[in-house]
Amino acid sequence: MTVRAQFNQWVASGSPWVWFTAGAVSLSLVMVFGMIGLIAGNGLGHFWPARVAVIELDTAPATRLLGEIVDHESVAAARVKDSGAKVPEGATVVQRLLIKRGNRDFDEQDFVWINAPSIKHLDYPADVVAIERREWGNLYGRIRGINESGQAVSLDELPGRLQRALALREEMDRLEQHDIGEVNFLIERLRLREKIARKTGADKAPSQDFAAERAALQARYQTLADKLHALNEAIARDTLNFETITGQQRSIPMGKVMRVYAPNSLSVTEQVAHYLRKLREFITDQPREANTEGGVFPAIFGTVLLVLIMSIFVTPLGVIAAVYLREYARPGPVTSAIRIAVNNLAGVPSVVYGVFGFGFFVYLVGGSIDQMFFSDALPSPTFGTPGLLWSALTLTLLTVPVVIVATEEGLTRIPRAIREGSLALGATKAETLWRTVLPMATPAMMTGLILAVARAAGEVAPLMMVGVVKLAPALPLDGNFPYLHLDRKFMHLGFHIYDVGFQSPNVEAARPLVYSTALLLVFIIMSLNLAAIRLRNRLREKYNAAE
Amino acid sequence: MSYDPVISDLGKAELKHRRWRTVKDRLFGWTMAVGGVSVIAALLTIFLYLLWVVAPLFMPVTLKPVSGFKADTSVAHLSLNEHGDLAFLVTNEGRFRFLDAVDGSERLAGNLLPAGTQLLPALAGYHTHGALALGLSDGRALVVKPQYRSTFIKDVRGVEPSLSYPVGKDPLTLLPPGVGLQALTAASDGQTTTVAAVGNNQALVIAHTAPAAGLVLDPDNAPMETTLAPPETLDAPAVQLLIDDDQFNLYAVSKRGAVAFFDIRDKAAPRHIETVQVLAPGLEVTSARLLAGGHSLLIADSGGGIAQWFPVRDAANNLRLTRIREFHALQAPISQLEPEYYRKSFAAIDTQGHLALFHTTAERTLVVENTGLQNASELAVSPRAGHLVAIGNGGEARRWEARNRHPEVSWHSLWEKVWYEGRTQPEYIWQSSSASSDFEPKFSLTPLVFGTIKAAFYALFFAIPIAICGAIYTAYFMHPRLRSVVKPSIEVMAALPTVILGFLAGLWLAPLIETHLMGVFAATILMPVSVLLCAWLWHLMPLKVQAIVPPGREIALLVPLLCLVLWAVMGVSQPLEQLWFGGNLPRWLGQEFGFTYDQRNSLVVGIAMGFAVIPNIFSISEDAIFAVPRQLTTGSLALGATPWQTLSRVVLLTASPGIFSGVMIGLGRAVGETMIVLMSTGNTPVMDLSLFQGFRALSANIAVEMPESELNSTHYRVLFLAALVLFLTTFVFNTVAEIVRQRLRRHYGNL
Repeated sequence: MTVRAQFNQWVASGSPWVWFTAGAVSLSLVMVFGMIGLIAGNGLGHFWPARVAVIELDTAPATRLLGEIVDHESVAAARVKDSGAKVPEGATVVQRLLIKRGNRDFDEQDFVWINAPSIKHLDYPADVVAIERREWGNLYGRIRGINESGQAVSLDELPGRLQRALALREEMDRLEQHDIGEVNFLIERLRLREKIARKTGADKAPSQDFAAERAALQARYQTLADKLHALNEAIARDTLNFETITGQQRSIPMGKVMRVYAPNSLSVTEQVAHYLRKLREFITDQPREANTEGGVFPAIFGTVLLVLIMSIFVTPLGVIAAVYLREYARPGPVTSAIRIAVNNLAGVPSVVYGVFGFGFFVYLVGGSIDQMFFSDALPSPTFGTPGLLWSALTLTLLTVPVVIVATEEGLTRIPRAIREGSLALGATKAETLWRTVLPMATPAMMTGLILAVARAAGEVAPLMMVGVVKLAPALPLDGNFPYLHLDRKFMHLGFHIYDVGFQSPNVEAARPLVYSTALLLVFIIMSLNLAAIRLRNRLREKYNAAE
Repeated sequence: MSYDPVISDLGKAELKHRRWRTVKDRLFGWTMAVGGVSVIAALLTIFLYLLWVVAPLFMPVTLKPVSGFKADTSVAHLSLNEHGDLAFLVTNEGRFRFLDAVDGSERLAGNLLPAGTQLLPALAGYHTHGALALGLSDGRALVVKPQYRSTFIKDVRGVEPSLSYPVGKDPLTLLPPGVGLQALTAASDGQTTTVAAVGNNQALVIAHTAPAAGLVLDPDNAPMETTLAPPETLDAPAVQLLIDDDQFNLYAVSKRGAVAFFDIRDKAAPRHIETVQVLAPGLEVTSARLLAGGHSLLIADSGGGIAQWFPVRDAANNLRLTRIREFHALQAPISQLEPEYYRKSFAAIDTQGHLALFHTTAERTLVVENTGLQNASELAVSPRAGHLVAIGNGGEARRWEARNRHPEVSWHSLWEKVWYEGRTQPEYIWQSSSASSDFEPKFSLTPLVFGTIKAAFYALFFAIPIAICGAIYTAYFMHPRLRSVVKPSIEVMAALPTVILGFLAGLWLAPLIETHLMGVFAATILMPVSVLLCAWLWHLMPLKVQAIVPPGREIALLVPLLCLVLWAVMGVSQPLEQLWFGGNLPRWLGQEFGFTYDQRNSLVVGIAMGFAVIPNIFSISEDAIFAVPRQLTTGSLALGATPWQTLSRVVLLTASPGIFSGVMIGLGRAVGETMIVLMSTGNTPVMDLSLFQGFRALSANIAVEMPESELNSTHYRVLFLAALVLFLTTFVFNTVAEIVRQRLRRHYGNL
C-alpha cells in the first residue's frame, strides 16, 4: 500500500478528527493547569528573599544600579531601538531585565528595564542589605551606622534596637487602633445620645451629666494621647544610617524600619525562615502603602465574615425551598414556575444582583430603617449606605440556587424505603422529614453550602455596589457594643485583587501582591470546591450502599 | 362524628399530643411551601423592582394647572423664581412687579424708568439666566436682575424678592445720539455682564464689564458701524439678539429669518462668522431663544415650526450654523419659546393657546396642552423646571405644575444616532457625566450593547470549538478512568473567580499578546496542524509503539506536544516579528492596514472570557453526548460504521439540542460577565468590530458608574434600565436552554 493510499484510508477512518477533538481537551487542560501554575508560581515566589544585584552599565559615565532582577524578556531589536537604546549590530532579539531598585522616595524610578547587552558587570555583593520600611517600599544599600539621639553606637546593637522599635510600634498601633478608637466610638455615641435628649426636650439635669461624661472621656483621650506622644518620642531615638549604591548618605528613623536583612548572604535555613515570616505577615498583617504591601488580613476577615453571615441566611432558605420542591410540590404550574425561577436566579448576571441590592436593600430598605430607627444620626446614614448586611443579603439571593440544587440532589438520593418505613411506623410527614430524611441529607446541604460559600467568596461585581471598600477604617467585628457592626463597610479578597491590580498608582510594585492574593483566593475556592465534591461522592457511595 | 375505636381508647393527653402533632405537621408543610414560593418571590421582586425604578423614565409628562391670578394686561417681561411661586414682571409702562404666583398678591413693585423716558416694549423681555435688558425710548438701555433671598421664619420657608442693577442704576448709552434701539440683549454670570444692541442704523454695539471693574464700552463708548458689523451682515429688521451664558457667541436674528453669527470671545474685536437664512420665504421668526448651556439656537416661526440650530465644524474646520432638528407639534404661529435653565428642554406656546414642552436631545414632544389662552403675551419656566406661568392678552395669568423628571430619555436617545451639541454628525455616544454644568448627557445604550455583543461573540468564537470538541472527546472517546479525572478538572474552572481571570487577562495576557502577537497567530495555526501531524506520525509507528498510548488516552501525548508548541511559538515570535514585520507587529498592522491596536483589546477579552465559558458549555454538552442511549451507538457500530461516523451521524445529531442548550448557557454567562470585561478592556465605548480594539460592555458600565450615580436621577434609572436589559436577555437565554434541555430529557426517555 502506498503512503498516499494509507493516508486516505487513515482520513476515511475518522481517526484524525478523533485526535483533533483530543487536541481540544488537551488545550483546555493545558490552559487550566497552566493558569493555576502561573498564579501559584508568581504568588508563592513573591515571599522568597530575592538576591540583590549590583549592575554596572556601559553608559558614558558608568551607571551603577542596585536592585532585584524581577523579570526578563526577549524582545525584537527594533522595539528596543524604538525606545532609544542602542542595539548591537545584527541582533534580532535583545534580552531585557526588569530591575526593582527600591529607594522609591529618592530615586526617580522604582522599576527600570535595562538591556542585557549594555550590562558591563553584574555581581551579588554579600554586604548589601535590604531594608523593609513601613512607607515607601524597600531600601537597598549598605548600612553605615546607628545613631542614638545623634550619638553613634555600635552596629552590633542593630537587632536589639530594631526589636525595641518594633515593640514600641506595636504598642502604638494597639493604642491608636484599640484604645483611642474605643474612646472615639464612645464620644460619638455620647453625641448622639445628647442629640436625642435635646430633641425630646428633657430637663436640664441630664445635660450636666453629658458634660461630665464628655469631660471624663476627653480626659481619657488626653491620657492616651499623651502616652502616644511619649511613645512617639521614644521611637524617634534611634536612626539608621546607610549608603546607597550611588554613594548618597541617608538616615531613616528606626521606627520606620520593619526588617533588615542581607539577601545575598542568607543561608538556606535563613531563607526559609524569611519566607515563612513573610507568608505569615501576608496573612495576618494590615495592608500598607495603599494596599500594595503588607498583609491582607482585613480582606480575609471581611470575606470570611461576609460568607458566614450569608450562610446564616442562605441555608434555611435554600433547604426549605429544596424540601418543598422534592417532598411537597406536586407537578403543576407552580412547581415548574419555581424550577424556572431557580434556574434563572442561577443565570442572572451577578452585576444585576448588585444593582438590585444597591437600589432595594441599600436605598429602599436601608433608607427606611434609618428613618425609623436611626433618625437621630441623619443625615449621615447608618444602614442607608452600602454595608456588610446588604452585601450578605445580596449574595444570599445570588447563591440560593446553588444550595437548592445540591440539597435537592441529596434528597433525591435518599431511598424511598426509608421514608416509607418511617411513615409506616406512624410518623407524620413532618416527623419523617425532620427525624430521618433531613439528617440523612445534611451532607448534601453541607455540599450546597460549601459551593455557595465558594461562589460568594469569588464574587466581586455586585459587592462593588453594596458594601465593599478598598480600605476599611475598622473591622466589622470589634470590642464595642454591639460587637458585630452589620452597617460597616468591609474589605474583600476579590475586590482587593481588582483594586490593587487596577486602581493602584504603582502597578508594577503591586503586581506580586496581587498574585499572592489571587493564589490565596484560588486556594480557598478550590479547597471548598474539592471538599464539596468529596462530600458529595461520599454521600453517593453511602446511599448506593443503602439501596 | 363517627365512632373511632382507636381514638376513643386513648387518654386525653395522648389525644392532645396527637392533635399537636397534626398541627406541627401542617405548620411544617406550610413553612416549606412558603419557602418554595419565596424563590419565585425573590426573582419576581428583582424583576419588579428593576421595572419600578425604570418605569418613571417612560411616564408621560403632565402639566397640571395649579393656580391663576390677575396680572397686568401689557407685560413686557415675565420670569419666575427657583420654586416657581413668585413671578417677576415688567409692564409696558415701565413698572416692575413681584407677584405671588399662587394668589397674585403683590410683594414688591416700583418704577424702573428715569423721568421722561418710556419703555420700548418690543425690546424688553429677553433675559439669559439673570440679567434682563430693557430698551428705553431715548435709545439708552437699562440692565436689571431680579433676586430672591430665602428666609426661614420659624422653619417656614419664605422668599424675599429684590431688584439689582448689575451694571449700575443709570441707563447705558450704547448708540450715538439720535439713533433709536432696534434690538437689545444682555447676559450676566454675576461677574461679567455683556450687553449688545442694534440701532435702527443697523449698527451692532457690544459692551461688557470686566470682572470687578466698571462697564467698559468698546471702543470708547462710540458706535462701531464700520468695524463691528458691516450693514450687509445684519438683515433688517433685527428682532432678536442672543448671547450665550459663556458670553462667547452672539446671534442676531432678523424677522425674515436671517441669523448673523458672531464670535465675541474677544469683546473688543467681535468676529462675524456667517449669516444664514434659517426660514423658508414667507415665514417670519416669532421667537428665538438659546437652549440651556447656550450652544443651540431655537427658532420659532409663524408657521408653528420650531427648529434647533447650532454651529458645527465642517470639513474645512469652519463653524457653520446647521439645522439639527425640527419640532412640528404646534400648528398656529408660536407666540413664545422659553428654554429650561439646566436641561435641554423648552416650552412653547402658540397664538391659539396650545402650550407644549419639548426635549431636543431626545427629539421628544413631551406634552401638548390646550390652555385656552388666546395670544398669550408671555411665558416663563421656573429655574427648577417645576412650574410654568403664561399670561394671556387680557392679563390673566395661569400657573402649571410640570411633572417632567426625565425628559432626556426616549427610544431615539437610547438606541438611535443622536446629533449632540458640538458634534459634527449624529452619533451613538455614551457619556453620562462631565465636569461642566451645561453638559448634554449622552445616554445611548447602543455602544454598550454593541460592546456586550462583541465580547460575547469573540468569547464564544474562542470557546465553542474547544468546548464542544472537548466534550465530544471526553464523552465518547476518552477512557472512563481518565474521564473521571479530566471532567471535574475542567468543570472546577467554572468556580474560579472571574476577578482572577480578569486580572490575569489585563495584567499578564494583554502585555504578553502585545509583545507576542505573531506567536498568538502562529499558535492558532500551528496547534491544530501539529496535533494532526502527530496523529499521522503516530499512525505510522509500529503497533508496538502505538500500544504505549492506547486509544482513549491520546491526551497523554498531546498535552506535552501542545506545551512544546506553545513554548516554541512564543520563543520564535519576536525573531519572526523582527524578520518580517519590522520588529513590531501591532505597529506594522497599523501602518499597513490602519488598525489601531489597544493593549487591552477584544482578542484578550475573547480568550479570557472564552476561558470562563468553556467549562459551562463543556459540561452541559458532555452530559448531553454521554447520555445518548447506548443502543443507538452500538446499533450504528454493529452496522459497520466507524466510531467517527457513529459520532457525527448518530450521537451528535441526537445530542445537538443539549449542545445548543450548553451554548445558550455560555452565551448567557458571557453577556452578563462583568469583572473580565471590566479589567481586560479599555472600557471606552467605541463601536468598532476590530479584534484589536476595546469596548465598553453594559455590565462593566453598570459596575463602574452605579456607585457614583445620584439616587433617582435619569442616569441612575438608565443604569437600572441597562440592568433590566441584561436581566431580560439572560432570562431568555436561560429559559430557552432549560426548555430545550427538558425536551431532550423526555426525548431520551422515549428512546
